Amino acid sequence: MINIKLREDYSNLIFYLSPLVAVLLTLFFGSFIFLILDLSPIESFKIFFISPISNSYGISELFVKATPLAIIALGLSYCFKNNIYNIGAEGQLTMGAIFGGGIGLLFNESTSIFLLPLMILFGAIGGAFWATIPALLKTKFNTNEILTSLMLTYVALFILDYFVVGPWKDPAGYGLPKSMPFPDAGRLPVLFDGLRIHIGVYFAIIICFISYIVYNKTLFGFKLRVSGFSSKASQYAGFKYKNLIFYTFIISGACSGLAGLFEVSGPIGLLYRDISPNYGFTAIIVAFLGRLNPLGIILSSLLIALTYLGAEDAQLFLKIPSAVGFVFQGLVLFFLLGTDFLNKYKVSVS
Amino acid sequence: MNIELVIGIFNIVLISTTPLVFAGIGELVTEKSGVLNLGLEGLMLVGAVTGFITLVLTGNYFYSLFFSIISGVILSGIFAFLVLNLMTNQIATGLALTIFGIGLSAMLGKKFSGTPIEGLNPYYFIVISFLLVFMASYFLSKTKPGLIVRAVGENHNSAYALGYNVIKTRYMTIIFGGVMSSLAGFYISICYAPMWQEGMTAGRGWIALALVVFATWKPWRLLVGAYIFGGVAIMQMNLQAIGVKLPGQFFNMMPYLATIIVLVFISSNKLRLKLSAPASLNIPFEKNQ
Repeated sequence: MINIKLREDYSNLIFYLSPLVAVLLTLFFGSFIFLILDLSPIESFKIFFISPISNSYGISELFVKATPLAIIALGLSYCFKNNIYNIGAEGQLTMGAIFGGGIGLLFNESTSIFLLPLMILFGAIGGAFWATIPALLKTKFNTNEILTSLMLTYVALFILDYFVVGPWKDPAGYGLPKSMPFPDAGRLPVLFDGLRIHIGVYFAIIICFISYIVYNKTLFGFKLRVSGFSSKASQYAGFKYKNLIFYTFIISGACSGLAGLFEVSGPIGLLYRDISPNYGFTAIIVAFLGRLNPLGIILSSLLIALTYLGAEDAQLFLKIPSAVGFVFQGLVLFFLLGTDFLNKYKVSVS
Repeated sequence: MNIELVIGIFNIVLISTTPLVFAGIGELVTEKSGVLNLGLEGLMLVGAVTGFITLVLTGNYFYSLFFSIISGVILSGIFAFLVLNLMTNQIATGLALTIFGIGLSAMLGKKFSGTPIEGLNPYYFIVISFLLVFMASYFLSKTKPGLIVRAVGENHNSAYALGYNVIKTRYMTIIFGGVMSSLAGFYISICYAPMWQEGMTAGRGWIALALVVFATWKPWRLLVGAYIFGGVAIMQMNLQAIGVKLPGQFFNMMPYLATIIVLVFISSNKLRLKLSAPASLNIPFEKNQ
């Protein structure tokens, strides 16, 4: 007979160990997938996880992918800690790209050093603006934020589509659905010549550092944790719960918007339809895998970024679709959620 | 406008809307029992690809349908195990299912993409979709198991106290939802397209999710809503063809905007609309509390 009991002794060890267990289980199941596809698991894992980062170009690419994931996931951690499910980061990212990118296209002759800061500012504003809508509906009408933020994602994607096939289409672009390239002053500086790693990395580190301080040393962080445990308790304590909802939405929206702007003004350099390979949704996995802990999120963003890179290499060398990366991402989240069970409950066999 | 054109458009709307009805009615029943499954898109894609591969390998439509449905049972069974037995977060689990399904279907279908097949007549399935809506409506409002489903979705603690098996009920509704989604996928790759292409459901899973809310969890409204959503998508193409200057993206975002408006109405209207929204939606049931 299997007995399941709520854990009374809360274990920090299991809490931080379970992501590791989830990753190991994913690798274990992943090797089965490779076996089914008639590929040697060890060779495939080498191509998937090691060869992509075995040179400086690969390591730079790892950071290029991890930067948006980390920034979005750090922002989402504010919402998730507060038990607010903003799952519309993809839309907020898109809006950030539209707002910030729009500034870059508006001043496309500019050589001013103020252009990039202005684009970054508008990127954050765009994302925050898009996140304000579900926040407003939630606080004014108590509308379910999960569904509204998700629906708004698709609205944002269609708005971007409208701009790049319509008013912002590059007249010299052979009719392709893309905008003109941003002027050089509107491009994100790279850290090393010839590599794509850009100063967004610094932003990710700074946001991580600030979040660490906010969560551990400030009243705001304390309020978040309290209202995350129980919104009633937070109201009894006199915290303005509605304000908390607003702030967390705005913070996470601004982060997603930043990430979107960094993508278009960094590696991409212009606006087009598919600016994000699902970063906004994948960042949800990153946030959970990192245990909503700022440092944990940085680590998990690197790991998940590796699944993107590995998938690209797997497509090149193993001739399997790059979507295999999504399989790994889905699996790791399944296992993480599953192992969380051991964190909350004690299982004994008698 | 001549009568043939009208019939032609009506015909296209009928054929293209059916997957929304299938996936939507499944999710409606799942949500009525208090579980939100965001994995529709993944379930549909895997259902589409398994149906397609089976048809290519065996040439038998029955096997194709059968294995497509089995894929839905397995995947939604995993989802059910996670959210019901392991009490995981439904949002995260559903998203994991979608991401996993997108990846898995692309991987499995790679070798078969572009293989020509003979499509199945969609009209049988259109009739079935209407029957399913009728049956779901009858089941939820007139039968005892249907009332149990609603009781579980309304307040699982009370339902449990009355002696109903919350977990078992939810297993049933989640798997029903999974089967319906994979049926929608099967319809897309075998009847509607008929072919396999990576990501071919093109966001219909998310629209079906919106549809359930738009219909305020009522089967007949879901049917009407599906045809409004489907009709808008087709109308957009036709309006562009006759030279209407409204951008197509505007039409494409209509279902999502309409759903947000309905959501606001539901949440601000305390008396009538709120009654049909399952009160325990997305709240995990913990027996040991």
